[in-house]
Amino acid sequence: MTSVKAEPGRAGQPWTMGEVTSASPAAWREAVLGEHGRGGRLVGLFAWPEGPGARTLVAILSFDRRGRLAIHRTRVPADGEFTSLTPVIPGAQAFEREIFEQQGPRPAGHPWLKPLLRHEDPEGATGVATGTFFRVEGDGVHEVAVGPVHAGIIEPGHFRFQCAGEEVIHLEIHLGYQRRGVEALMVSASPARRLALAESIAGDASVSHATAHVEAIEGLSGVEAPPRAQAIRALALELERLASHAGDLGALCGDVGYLPGAAWLGRIRGDFLNLLLELSGNRLGRGLIVPGGVRFDLDDRLRADFARRIGAATRDLEEVCDLAFSEPSVLSRFERTGVLSGQDADLLGVVGPAARASGCSRDARADHPSGLYRFAHIAVTTAREGDVMARAMVRRLEASRSLAFLAEEIDQLPGGPLLEPPGPLRPDALVITLVEGWRGETAHLAATDPEGSLAVYRVVDPSFHNWFALAVAMRGGQISDFPLCNKSFNLSYAGHDR
Amino acid sequence: MNSLAAGVVHVLLLVTLPPLLMGVIGRIKAWMAGRTGPPLLQPYRDIARLLRKGAVYSRTVTWVFVAGPAVSLASVFTAGLLLPLASVRAPMSFEGDLVLFAYLLALGRFFTMAAALDTGSSFEGMGASREAAFSALAEPALFLALATLAVTTGQLSLSEILGGLDAPRAVLPAILLSAAALSAVLLAENARIPIDDPATHLELTMVHEVMVLDHSGPDLAMIEYASAVKLFITSTLLAAVAVPGLAGRPVALAAGALGVACIVGLVESVTARLRLPRVKQFLIGASALGAVALATTMFTRGAA
Repeated sequence: MTSVKAEPGRAGQPWTMGEVTSASPAAWREAVLGEHGRGGRLVGLFAWPEGPGARTLVAILSFDRRGRLAIHRTRVPADGEFTSLTPVIPGAQAFEREIFEQQGPRPAGHPWLKPLLRHEDPEGATGVATGTFFRVEGDGVHEVAVGPVHAGIIEPGHFRFQCAGEEVIHLEIHLGYQRRGVEALMVSASPARRLALAESIAGDASVSHATAHVEAIEGLSGVEAPPRAQAIRALALELERLASHAGDLGALCGDVGYLPGAAWLGRIRGDFLNLLLELSGNRLGRGLIVPGGVRFDLDDRLRADFARRIGAATRDLEEVCDLAFSEPSVLSRFERTGVLSGQDADLLGVVGPAARASGCSRDARADHPSGLYRFAHIAVTTAREGDVMARAMVRRLEASRSLAFLAEEIDQLPGGPLLEPPGPLRPDALVITLVEGWRGETAHLAATDPEGSLAVYRVVDPSFHNWFALAVAMRGGQISDFPLCNKSFNLSYAGHDR
Repeated sequence: MNSLAAGVVHVLLLVTLPPLLMGVIGRIKAWMAGRTGPPLLQPYRDIARLLRKGAVYSRTVTWVFVAGPAVSLASVFTAGLLLPLASVRAPMSFEGDLVLFAYLLALGRFFTMAAALDTGSSFEGMGASREAAFSALAEPALFLALATLAVTTGQLSLSEILGGLDAPRAVLPAILLSAAALSAVLLAENARIPIDDPATHLELTMVHEVMVLDHSGPDLAMIEYASAVKLFITSTLLAAVAVPGLAGRPVALAAGALGVACIVGLVESVTARLRLPRVKQFLIGASALGAVALATTMFTRGAA
């Protein structure tokens, strides 16, 4: 076998392009499938232009137990084909559809080669015409279309259900209404503007994406943020997680009409957002994180205040969760609703709380730690049932573990400066960063050209892996349980569409 | 009170009081959630606001859609005239009017469903199908409860029945069982938790609300008003059954109806909704209660 495999790497540490040699498409496929067979999990599959009429294809696989990443690269003509990985690695399906739609190479043998983000027919023949949804026919089978305009103040997306009475036979989700072209903008924008872009990939995961972005820039320029800055970033990431988990638990209660949970958890979410506000001046933590460090400090007065308020939030959260999770009418709605089996979660490459609720132990904070997480550990929370209840319980436990982590880290915040300004980017290098945001693994890929300027940027929001899992979890379920099931995944439309 | 004055008081109560019940429920739910909540009179303002707006009609709808809200309102209002609210004899009262009462509620529901189907929307069709299934199960419970009351009092008009519940011949356990069955029917009829969630914005989970999504302006005002009137008359009926002796005493009955609204608000504040397939079990349970009530009455009366 020709050399197709780069040395195993780590998240946040760049490869030089020389290390990532390009293999023939056949050897590349063999290598990727080989890594997958050895337990490698597909983090991302990307394509970008390489000279006129050609595309580089890059697959990144993660060996979570060892904390290692493998990268494999090949080259295909822009109007050519490559054999689809999806039949073997179902988690590749959305990546391959996007590559075909945005870059051109056709994944031959893809089972459902429909545009991913566009709604009109792209140039050239597609396997499945746009606007065609998988259809089930038969006695009593009917179709329900929901969105892209929804009743609540939520993002746009289209959901097409094939139902027999109240039972869902099949659900197809079509997104793409939030496409802003962030990845292309990232390359052309100024460094300061890039931060703003990263923070708005998915507004409710600003800290996750900002962290992944600055770690990529730091990796490429070879600086490390000072310890105090790393600690403050981790505090912000956990506060974001707490706000979202508390908000999600409250929204789950709201969806089943359980008022006390919805009201109190909604308020507690506000408490966490207020802490982020005092730390950074923004309730979503925007403007806090910059390449090389953080912009704002947690001074002694704030530290004492934070410690007190986190103690109070811990007690409030325990109290309301005990109440909600001992209420039979709530449990009867959460249990056995929207089951995602561990096997399906693995096949689809699901990440985040949704994966952990189905028994897949993967958490970038433990598997690919960066920043403070290299020194301070948070236990990975898992459940086995894979239902709405399991996803709620994982959130609850993660929230209490985050609170304990915060209390400890605020107490022992390291001293020192907040910023170590990064220098120029290393030329001809490629870096991948993995940050465990509240929704799951947030991956950013950045590559530089021979002049040392950013040439390629790719973003994988956890939602990109997880949307298909929501559709699978709905099969055989009640259509009236869809909103609840949807909320238990709480995926980002903007993060998926970028 | 002479019958003309009683009639005027009856109609006044029936027209003015219902939105207040909605306001009370909203206030209690807000209070239980630690919020201040909307003013008690907000439902009146909402109806007034909707009346000032124009209505929008889809090109596909027919007269059925337009008639739906008016028929719903007229039917619940007429049903309200059958209750002995301001005097021991209701403004409209005759032998067997309890059947008319049940079918007036059914008529309003039928037109709401027909109007929903008329839109051709898959959401509204889903709502109508759920409503049809649930009302088919709620109706036996209502009839069994009414039949129990008729047998135990030996009367066939609502006025006589409700007035006769504190008579010595009435069987108390049967009355309490009927009240329990009527409570379940009240929750189902008025689309309250645990059957339905009137506060949700999630179309896929709705039963009643999804059927009226296409109505706007004065039509929506009529629907909201009809819902309030329906809640008022079912609450009044329940209060009159649960506390024998209230019939014909307007202040006590109105207080009873407000009390029922408070209980509805409290239930909504502390429990979650049932999973949709479970609603059927809940309603069948209510029918079973009604059947036991009827059997108890027959047995006791047979023995007496």
